[in-house]
Amino acid sequence: MNRYDRMFERLEEAGEGAFIPFVTLGDPTPEVSLEVVSCLVEAGADALELGIPFSDPIADGPTIQRATRRALDAGTTPGTCWELLAEVRKRHPEVPIGLLVYANLVVQGSVEQFYERAAEAGVDSVLVADVPTLEAEAFAKVARSKGVCPVMIATPNASREKLETVARLGAGYTYVVTRSGVTGAEVDADTTRSEVLDTLARLDAPASVVGFGISRPEQVRAALEAAAAGAISGSAVVRRIEEHRGDREAMLEALSRFVSEMKAATRPLA
Amino acid sequence: MIGDGRFGEFGGTFAPEILVPALEELEAAFLEAMDDAEFLAELDDLLRDYAGRQTPLYRCRNLAAGTGAKIYLKREDLVHGGAHKTNQVLGQALLAKRLGKTRLIAETGAGQHGVATAIVGALFDMETVIYMGELDAERQLPNVQRMELLGARVETVDAGSRTLKDAINEAMRDWASSYETTHYMLGTVAGPHPFPTMVREFQRVIGREARAQILEAEGRLPDVAIACVGGGSNAIGLFYDLLEDDVELVGVEPAGQGLHARKHGLTLGRGRPGILHGSRTFVLQDEHGQIAESHSLAAGLDYPGVGPEHAHLQDIGRVDYVGATDDEVVEAFRALSGAEGIIPAIESAHAVAHALKLARKEGGPEVILVNLSGRGDKDLGRIAGDDHQETV
Repeated sequence: MNRYDRMFERLEEAGEGAFIPFVTLGDPTPEVSLEVVSCLVEAGADALELGIPFSDPIADGPTIQRATRRALDAGTTPGTCWELLAEVRKRHPEVPIGLLVYANLVVQGSVEQFYERAAEAGVDSVLVADVPTLEAEAFAKVARSKGVCPVMIATPNASREKLETVARLGAGYTYVVTRSGVTGAEVDADTTRSEVLDTLARLDAPASVVGFGISRPEQVRAALEAAAAGAISGSAVVRRIEEHRGDREAMLEALSRFVSEMKAATRPLA
Repeated sequence: MIGDGRFGEFGGTFAPEILVPALEELEAAFLEAMDDAEFLAELDDLLRDYAGRQTPLYRCRNLAAGTGAKIYLKREDLVHGGAHKTNQVLGQALLAKRLGKTRLIAETGAGQHGVATAIVGALFDMETVIYMGELDAERQLPNVQRMELLGARVETVDAGSRTLKDAINEAMRDWASSYETTHYMLGTVAGPHPFPTMVREFQRVIGREARAQILEAEGRLPDVAIACVGGGSNAIGLFYDLLEDDVELVGVEPAGQGLHARKHGLTLGRGRPGILHGSRTFVLQDEHGQIAESHSLAAGLDYPGVGPEHAHLQDIGRVDYVGATDDEVVEAFRALSGAEGIIPAIESAHAVAHALKLARKEGGPEVILVNLSGRGDKDLGRIAGDDHQETV
């Protein structure tokens, strides 16, 4: 049983959903980033979604683009990220760690090398933002052979056939996007659209986690009510790093408060 | 998808999942349209009566004087809008209409593709938004003014290198939330499938005409055919119908400040395989895989990627890709203007520069065909600016 399965089982027993924050590794600097990630776990994050910064993040909105820029400007390289990941794994042996990357970073050297490194660093899953189901087979195969879960994205405009591919290729969890567009808290998630969630459940896809536009506790609750197993929040987390980038203490405090509020929304109402 | 969009080991569909249904819809419409006599007839009418095809093939009277070479120019600069870009936007706009889209978005570097998109936006009464890097908008101001006059909104992009690459990123982001009403009019043979194939098919008219015209003029095919390469749409348009012939094909990339300088746009010459903007292709990138900034005097060639079919044609050795430096390009720009009364786009001047190099070479080719992809009115300020710098 992998870390995701253990997490979802634990949460199911407790009657809770998963709250998964996203941050870009190296934002605002590699050193502070490590503290940021630990703070997220300590504040109650059930799993982590972490981005390796890429110069041209076409699936991301302005908030995460700026995070990427900060990380790159602070000298973050994929090498830095592997080191950070290994350290996060050492500090938090049980928390599932997902990576979000762009394809050009995966095909440097070889795809095999990339997933091997991910496994060595203790990464549980990899989602490649610009590798759609059409191209995913080859990547998913290598990922599995290295013991890494390939996470697939299910979109609101996906056909039944596409969702079947998502269910078949994916592992760990399924990243369910409930609205069109790029990442960002500027446009709200549309968690009322649950047909995709229903279809994925019928297809026995890996657990559905809703992302894109999740920035408030009531959205987390709505996602769980729509039968998702959890929610991912990216831009809303990253915005707090940006707002407090000059004051580390205030940053960690704001992040901690946000994560615990969002996590609280995954628990059954007393 | 019906096709996989592969050119050898290059190409593919590396786009966010949310865009895949839109790409599939576009591929289906494109394949159906290319089989539909009515669609093709409407496109032909527009190409002839609106865009002004066929374009002439002109044999330079003075440019190659004193050499043994004859330089022929395929006059895509005479296409309505001032560049070859109009050929393919007419095709894509008809497809967008067929798909019931009401809004067009596009990226532009030199502004020519933006102008072409604005033209069809006006013609078909569609809302039009053009993404343009801030740096490009500054250096191609006349084209920004033209786009606005034609009714398009120009959105300047201040991210990254503030050039074409960043404009493409932004257009893709827009499309990810607007695909239901919007067609993304990609301007070159790059991007995810079906764009590289579709744009090539709409640009093949260049080579098809040029081939027939030179056979008529010379009774034979040229020794060499030359085109500039940024994304590579005018080049693939010229080359495609000559691929099976015994004609040397040369693509000219921007060598910027010199072959050994750091500032250049030699994607095929100095890049390596990677994945950018939807395709596996040659990409300028650092050792970690971050996309590097390109440099070119020509905004339209200032792009760290290239159409995947060019990567394949280089791979199999069918097309040679060389560089022309900024200095050579400026010289060619002036030479063609002064000798023939034709002001080339600074992009096209890259191809002219290589033609001059070959013409002046001892034992060089006799018949040289150059794709003059666009006209240079937009570049006068740039070249005048260079003069100013030289005198300081």
